[in-house]
Amino acid sequence: MMSGSAGSARLLAVEDLTVAFGRARAVDRVSFTLDAGETLGLVGESGCGKTTTAMALMRLLQGATIGGHAWFEGSDLIAAGEERMREIRGATIGMIFQDPATALHPMIPVGDQVAETLRTHRGLGARQARARTIDLFREVGIAAPEERLGAYPHEMSGGMCQRVIIAMAIACSPRLLLADEPTTALDVTVQAQILELLRGIARDGAMSMILITHDLGVVAGVTDRVAVMYAGVIVETAPTDRLFADPKHPYTQGLLRSIPRLDSGWDEDMPTIAGAVHDAGALSGCRFAPRCPLAAEACREAPPLRPFGEDHEVACWRAS
Amino acid sequence: MSEALVEAIGLVRHYKLPGKRLLRAVDGVDLTIGRGATLGLVGESGSGKSTLGRTLVGLQNPSAGEVRFEGETVAGASGAKLVRLRRQRQIVFQDPSGALNPRMTLGDTIVEHLRVQGFSRAKARERATEVLSLAGLAEAFSGRYPHEVSGGQRQRAVIARAISTDPAFIVADEPVSALDVSTRAQIMNLMRELQRRGGLTMLFISHDLSIVAHMCREVAVMYLGQVVERAPRASLFRTPLHPYTAALLSAIPLPDPAKERTRTRIVLKGETPDPSAIPSGCRFHTRCLRATELCAKVAPETRTLLPGHTVACHHPLDV
Repeated sequence: MMSGSAGSARLLAVEDLTVAFGRARAVDRVSFTLDAGETLGLVGESGCGKTTTAMALMRLLQGATIGGHAWFEGSDLIAAGEERMREIRGATIGMIFQDPATALHPMIPVGDQVAETLRTHRGLGARQARARTIDLFREVGIAAPEERLGAYPHEMSGGMCQRVIIAMAIACSPRLLLADEPTTALDVTVQAQILELLRGIARDGAMSMILITHDLGVVAGVTDRVAVMYAGVIVETAPTDRLFADPKHPYTQGLLRSIPRLDSGWDEDMPTIAGAVHDAGALSGCRFAPRCPLAAEACREAPPLRPFGEDHEVACWRAS
Repeated sequence: MSEALVEAIGLVRHYKLPGKRLLRAVDGVDLTIGRGATLGLVGESGSGKSTLGRTLVGLQNPSAGEVRFEGETVAGASGAKLVRLRRQRQIVFQDPSGALNPRMTLGDTIVEHLRVQGFSRAKARERATEVLSLAGLAEAFSGRYPHEVSGGQRQRAVIARAISTDPAFIVADEPVSALDVSTRAQIMNLMRELQRRGGLTMLFISHDLSIVAHMCREVAVMYLGQVVERAPRASLFRTPLHPYTAALLSAIPLPDPAKERTRTRIVLKGETPDPSAIPSGCRFHTRCLRATELCAKVAPETRTLLPGHTVACHHPLDV
């Protein structure tokens, strides 16, 4: 299980991750792997469990029952003690959240917030931490970093706040970056800037990234591989090019077809997926079946992920 | 061009801020929308697109300039004329949850809306059922509360309410932005169906150019309170003239890995300035890659450079 593909080492192996809130299973036996330097897109619509998966890996969920394993650098994140998790969070795994306005403390200058991460995890003194923070601000494209250290979040724009958060997330040179909808709250021209920045971070290769998003356009530009989630399960995973060129799962196919394109089909009606995402806990069998054009008798039983060519897996009885 | 249904003439909407500052949300817009047309209105947050939409339907009064409907100014309308103007101009908001009263059933929400517009109770009931069905909601939905239905169904109810008075003009303000991808396509098709049924004039506001491409034959681009470019969609998407439009187009992530890897992206400097501190001259000059000294001093006039394609820029991209 822990063997990596040729030339790169496995960094994370998630096995049968299950997250239940009471009787509702928000995430159901999710398995995926991530190699060092790889960027994985975790894609799905609201309620599919993509954020819950990330929060479970970081052990930031309260009131949830978590099962399965997440092997990361020799330890199981799901079984690790709170002490060990505190060392990991922010140090070897960095996180970027969707809404920059709420991810920063409103009453503490942004420079101090980044410096605190460095002092806690790297044991830097005040002066060193300040110097490193200035470097980081420069790295993430904050102009005149010395002057911005003392700014409060409300004095900065959304894009600038997101840059501060990225600086904080990469401050300790983590092995893994979890980015949960990092550009969703931003305007499209600012989104382009932040994606460019994340692409640069990913390209440098020292860091693996899990990019969680509902936007297949963002996935197309940034990731190496994609896992598509639906109602708590991974329904398809493939290298990014392959997923877009030859999607196998009816949900992935429907999702890709229902994105409005800038360059074609203007005068045609949009292809749709019937119905709406169901309550994840309410179904047995294939969770997509009630909306699926291909649904058949076999779909009463939940389909496992099965291989379709190299590094391409699909959870569907009817896919061909 | 067909006869104008809605016109904005020198439209200005300012808001007073503390400390005598002025937020210039809409800052001199001339715009006409032909009867039966759908105009797309694109811009980023702070561009003033929502304020413009709200002013066109009369939810806000202009600070200066005027709105005309069917050739007549709407300023100072009262009595029967005001009632008629309200029935004729409706709006669909972005967030269907916020646009519906959580304590009223979908049916009652529409009935109340019609009662306010002067419909009798019986007529309102009948019409509510009719428009819910037009919006793709079976009769059973009439008795449901907003929290009992999905986001897409809520937006269908909001659309049903907007068309219930049989308006001539609808402002749709980011009507699908809060919806999931698979639901979004359904609502876009519903709105296209309403367009096809005819008679409806629409201002379709969105930050997403690919959605606008599917909904509108003509598109206007706003930046900091002004319309900087307007064109038929093919002309706008294939030969954008304003550097801002070009940047906006190139910033959209395409759901196509091969294109994403090879395209050259125009990455703008910085972010949209605060609408209470609008730059001098051309208001885009602080972020523009083509800006010259002239741009910092003189605001550009709107010129027509291609058929039906207007732009306000000193240095438009090559035609």
